Amino acid sequence: MDRIKKEGEIRIPSGCAISGIISKKGNRFSGQTAIDSIRLMHDRSNGLGGGFAGYGIYPEYKDYYAFHIFYMDTIAKNECMSFLEEHFDLINLSKIPTRKIPSITDEPMIWRYFLSPLPTKLAESQLTEEEYVVRCTINVNAHIKGAFIVSSGKNMGVFKAQGYPEDVGEFYKLEEYSGYSWTAHGRYPTNTPGWWGGAHPFSLLNYSVVHNGEISSYDANRRYIEMFGYKCNLQTDTEVITYMIDFLNRKKNIDLKTVAHILAAPFWSTIERMDETKKLEYKYLRNNYESFLVTGPFSIIVSYQNGLMALNDRLKLRSLVVGEKDDMVYMASEEEAIRVIAPELDSIYYPKGGEPYIVELETEVQ
Amino acid sequence: MKVNLIQSEYEVIRDQSRCINCRLCEKQCSNGVNYYDKKLKVMLSEEWKCVNCHRCVAVCPTHALKIVKSDHCFKTNANWSKHDITNIFRQAQTGGVLLSSMGTPKEYPVYWDKMLINASQVTNPSIDPLREPMETRTFLGKKKLDIEYDENHNIITDTKPQMELSLPVMFSAMSYGSISYNAHKALATAAQELGTFYNTGEGGLHEDFYVYGENTIVQVASGRFGVHPTYLDAGKAIEIKMGQGAKPGIGGHLPGRKITKEVSKTRMIPQGSDAISPAPHHDIYSIEDLRQLVYMLKETTNYKKPIIVKIAAVHNVGAIASGIARCGADIIAIDGFRGGTGAAPLRIRDNVGIPVELALAAVDKRLREEGIRNEVSLVVGGTIRSSADVVKAIALGADAVYIATSALIALGCHLCRSCHLGKCNWGIATQIKELEDRLDPEEGAKNLVNLISAWKREIKEMMGGMGINSIEALKGNRLMLRGIGLSEKELEILGIEHAGE
Repeated sequence: MDRIKKEGEIRIPSGCAISGIISKKGNRFSGQTAIDSIRLMHDRSNGLGGGFAGYGIYPEYKDYYAFHIFYMDTIAKNECMSFLEEHFDLINLSKIPTRKIPSITDEPMIWRYFLSPLPTKLAESQLTEEEYVVRCTINVNAHIKGAFIVSSGKNMGVFKAQGYPEDVGEFYKLEEYSGYSWTAHGRYPTNTPGWWGGAHPFSLLNYSVVHNGEISSYDANRRYIEMFGYKCNLQTDTEVITYMIDFLNRKKNIDLKTVAHILAAPFWSTIERMDETKKLEYKYLRNNYESFLVTGPFSIIVSYQNGLMALNDRLKLRSLVVGEKDDMVYMASEEEAIRVIAPELDSIYYPKGGEPYIVELETEVQ
Repeated sequence: MKVNLIQSEYEVIRDQSRCINCRLCEKQCSNGVNYYDKKLKVMLSEEWKCVNCHRCVAVCPTHALKIVKSDHCFKTNANWSKHDITNIFRQAQTGGVLLSSMGTPKEYPVYWDKMLINASQVTNPSIDPLREPMETRTFLGKKKLDIEYDENHNIITDTKPQMELSLPVMFSAMSYGSISYNAHKALATAAQELGTFYNTGEGGLHEDFYVYGENTIVQVASGRFGVHPTYLDAGKAIEIKMGQGAKPGIGGHLPGRKITKEVSKTRMIPQGSDAISPAPHHDIYSIEDLRQLVYMLKETTNYKKPIIVKIAAVHNVGAIASGIARCGADIIAIDGFRGGTGAAPLRIRDNVGIPVELALAAVDKRLREEGIRNEVSLVVGGTIRSSADVVKAIALGADAVYIATSALIALGCHLCRSCHLGKCNWGIATQIKELEDRLDPEEGAKNLVNLISAWKREIKEMMGGMGINSIEALKGNRLMLRGIGLSEKELEILGIEHAGE
């Protein structure tokens, strides 16, 4: 029989469960909370992918980029290592600790590096430091076969695998990490088995995205964003959405709320009812950023250093709910996934289609 | 003895039991096919004059007429077709260049018909356009990727000049002169009602139609007919015509008999003189010259109008388009070789250029590879025959499409390919008053509005099926297309996968 095409060689649509938790005060809490939330939505995933992103988990290395990398074999590892050594100062490197559990198998080599760009190389490239890191990440993922940079931001990291998310959490010993925000994802890929790299969250630099849905605008978005140096290696919705957010928010300096109104733009009928100034603004956004419009069902949680943003597609074709308790904000596909970790809530809110729910840290994280 | 080498291609079949000798078919045929035989007291036909335009069939009150293909034939020959042989007879007799009109009738692949559209099943929902918003509004022009704010933190909403369309379909260039006043009026009023645009073609703009300026594209072609500052200011956009799909590489020739008083005034040339458009623009021998014309037009109109550069789809069209995008054009229009014309040398129409589907795929890909797709909008024409063609064109990478032949058919054209004779029985491609009067501009406009409204509904249904509720998410969304019966190379050029993949 022919080998089944791996993710990245073929586009695999998938349904999912998502969950996100943040302490606005920046208090760090264990990854176990995220595991408990996503575990409740077991039936929304099918064991073919799960993952977590934690922010504030590496305070002792917070000034360095933390690279989590999958290697399929030692050839890939050697090639990637020499690439990293050529471009970065390696401050620390180690295997990411895991525990053997029966439900998680076929794991790649999973490594973690703390590093900073080589000053001479950086100067030579004439790029900003962040752009340099982004280009290196995309370069490795596109060109070094068998190596995949899972996350590349500061004081954050992504942990993902093929399996049910609660098992993935156990596998990575996430109860031992603590962070001020966590997102979690359980995957339900259709067609063919998912792949470790294709699990969520998808991350680039400090952004990570968990996503539930199947967008119908995928190829319009992909072909457009690839004009600007991105390469959609995995062919997943999450990947293209992350790249668009990186481009608009980081590179074009557009605030996240406006980014949300570009990705899930209001309908023309809504725009027509706005006052003259707003009408012109939204017309400007819809016209100039037309190819960033995302259609089809999605709910996403975007994590970044300062907070979380939940966003639904413009018709709200996927469930998404937000609960608040004191300084804690919870976002999930289902209310029960919030109640299971925070039974008593101050408020509960179902964001409307295309309405971003943004939570930012109240204080700078120490 | 006169030997007649060329036999008529069609036969006019008249059911004598139905014919009431009303002679309407005789009066309505500008080619003089039908006549009344006083001695026999019956209507007869000189069918070698027939162009098969169906006018007589359509007006016959007793449905006594039909036109059939003649079964008169040459000895069977797989190499020498009837057309090859008769065309040699024609040229041997006249020494002339063969002329014809409208798009090529030859059997070249129509790639629209070799692509299939996707629909949602299970993993994401299709959307019902009767119940949910389904948006087709389209903007043409350069896109900005940066946002600047004013002191109140409001977005500064100035953009480069844009065209706003209620759906991504416009009427393509057809000059007043090549088509009638009434045809132009029908196109102009329909464009206004539909919230889209029609195009003056290279014949200038009749003074009566300046009121439709907001829905008009004014064209500047190599003959510069009818071009003056007021004309340039009158339209919403200006199109520089570098080429036409039906006749790439050559100019145009409107015979003197079509240059009536009104046409003469509009074109600013003497009445009865031939209007000859040179093959090239004689001030554009290279891309840097085009840049000068683009900026000259922008200067003249205070940078208020988007400039469209229209080219014929030819080999190497990707590189040509890239050059145009870099010379300041806001929109590139690509005209495929199956596109129509009011008159073209037959050999050129049938053999020069490439299909618009391949040209579009190549240009869209090239502009993206160069990272300048946002700098320019793409409009394609030649030929778009239905709403399905529109959807496929947008998914392949077009921002909008141009239609002309489809619009003329809506006005009554039966594709008899005889426009160059100037005797259009349907009142479209003619300047003969009594023929022109057959086309009621109001009824024509209504038919055009009906056609485009029907297409709009169909486009929305197809978009909804794909789970797409706004047209921009379809733009360049090639995953929504699959090829059927195409070679690896064709798929590669179109940038799509084969059905089943």
